[in-house]
Amino acid sequence: MAVLPAETADRLVQTVTTDPVSPGPAPGRRRPRTAVGRVVVWLLLGVCTLAFVYPFAWLLAASLKPRSQVFDNLLWPRDVQWSNYAEVWERLPLAAWMVNSVAIALIAALLVTVSSSLVAFGFAYFRFPGRSFLFGLVLATMMLPGAVTMVPQYLIWKQLDLIGTWVPLFGMNLFGSAFYIFLQRQFFRGLPRELFEAARLDGVGYLGLFRHIAMPLAVPSFVIVFLFEFQSSWNNLQSALIYLNSGGVEGYTVPLGLSYAMTTFSPTNGGQGDYQLVMVAALLVTLPMLVLFAFGQRYFIEGVSTQARKG
Amino acid sequence: MTNAQAVDTARPGRPPGRRPPGRSRETGPTRASSMRRREAIAGYLFISPWIVGFCVFTLGAMLYSLVISFSDYRLATDTATPVGFDNYAELFRDPRVMGSLGNTLFYAVLAVPLEIVVAMALALLLARSGRAGGFFRTVFYLPKMTPAVATAAVFLLLLNGNTGAINEGLAVIGIDGPQWLIDPTWVKPSIVIMTLWGVSGTMVIFLAALANVPRELYEAASLDGAGRVRQFFSITVPMISGSLFFATVVLTIAALQVFDQAYLLFWRDQTNASPESSLFYGVYLFQQAFRQFDFGFASAMAWLLFVIILLITLVQVRLSNRFVYYEGDR
Repeated sequence: MAVLPAETADRLVQTVTTDPVSPGPAPGRRRPRTAVGRVVVWLLLGVCTLAFVYPFAWLLAASLKPRSQVFDNLLWPRDVQWSNYAEVWERLPLAAWMVNSVAIALIAALLVTVSSSLVAFGFAYFRFPGRSFLFGLVLATMMLPGAVTMVPQYLIWKQLDLIGTWVPLFGMNLFGSAFYIFLQRQFFRGLPRELFEAARLDGVGYLGLFRHIAMPLAVPSFVIVFLFEFQSSWNNLQSALIYLNSGGVEGYTVPLGLSYAMTTFSPTNGGQGDYQLVMVAALLVTLPMLVLFAFGQRYFIEGVSTQARKG
Repeated sequence: MTNAQAVDTARPGRPPGRRPPGRSRETGPTRASSMRRREAIAGYLFISPWIVGFCVFTLGAMLYSLVISFSDYRLATDTATPVGFDNYAELFRDPRVMGSLGNTLFYAVLAVPLEIVVAMALALLLARSGRAGGFFRTVFYLPKMTPAVATAAVFLLLLNGNTGAINEGLAVIGIDGPQWLIDPTWVKPSIVIMTLWGVSGTMVIFLAALANVPRELYEAASLDGAGRVRQFFSITVPMISGSLFFATVVLTIAALQVFDQAYLLFWRDQTNASPESSLFYGVYLFQQAFRQFDFGFASAMAWLLFVIILLITLVQVRLSNRFVYYEGDR
């Protein structure tokens, strides 16, 4: 199952251990020397910004248009129809979807943060036979396609009679998740071991080491894991399709619900093509993520950057 | 025990590793070994959640999946009747398996290099934008925060062949845009466009790698008369080859498992036929498993995918040994 040869995996692990998440990429900025160079850079930045922002602007505009104007591609709606934002709550159980998704994402993120950090601390601090091998296994599971375990996992939840409940959407988070274990282990290994040794001499137990020393010092890593998992749970379409699709529409999560709305509003399914409402819903389910990013940008960037040091 | 210790000593200079040698002598050998045993037990307890999860949901599930792939699984009665290699033979008989595999490989070959190049270009651009870099990084990262389902909803309309904004934009510069979502030739490029819109994750990885390249190297090179392009290929690329390799492996694995975009754009609506060229392996596998509930066949498909991913990754690792530079190596 180990996809990477042992030395490569080892090297991956080793290269990372030197550097617990450092502040963002400050050095290495090389500014263009000539005026022409600067103009070119700004021109390119402008073009890219346009490409990345345009779909958002289009989405915002479309969400305010009457049905007949959605496809006119004007970024400033000819007729602004604020009522779309009221109507969407009546036409779709969007509130229920959001409540479901928030609850599931919160539970999923909390569970995985706690479990992954415990496991990560086990790998970072303690010495026990087979540690390197087991950690190699943790890394190797990241390469396993989800499709291989998808069916058996479904059968496990079916045996437990939990299909149609929320449990399969976060149940696995009780056992930690490979990438988060990897990420938090990095953090813990960056802490000076003397701190722990001193606490041990003062009679602090192993769980105490985790709670009173490792946890307070590694808060950023907890935030990173929490935010990443919250986002990933908020976006999780496939699990919702597998476990919640056969239940009532009210029980859907945000991705499943929006996918359902796209289908039912489509004229090919007898809908009236109320895409302006789909756009309102798309905007509303994106907003929480943008808020999350506004407050946690540093953590998202740090979390992603950590991956760079893996290779 | 000896195993772990040997590994520990084999890696000098690891800060949290060794116990100060003096202390174990003071407390005597039996005391030390009982402490070591207690530490080991505590370690196992800490990682026990992962061990349980691994045994049940990963290793156990893998073995079970293997068994199912050699069976005809009846969901109603929860019985698995062994059928030998039937499911695997069916993989090669079902034209949609090979078709969707071809689509997926084609998509990966198209998407991964483009993602690498675009992410690299954006990272280089940001690295040159001075103090404004932080602002633009935020802007470029926003698509990554957008849920796939919202992205798909917007691009479904943007990519509309008759009235979509993308074709309207192309018309301005005199290009008659294709029917992105209907014309079999343009189905995969349209998913590539969506993927590229969210390329900023890879960009951030490259940005972090670029920041770690020592500036002295560039200064020395430009003293030697190396131009910008030469510097890029002789310094930047080798110095960040580790990240390039990592991104390539991860993006390839992700591309081979594409589900969300293809499902949302083409296969969400079961009453509406979509072009075969939009059938991705992940989507067909999902349909076989959770629309047809043909678990045996779906599991065989999953194992074929696993083997393919394994082979491709192995080839990439082999190639990387030749090209990737690891700091402090050799």
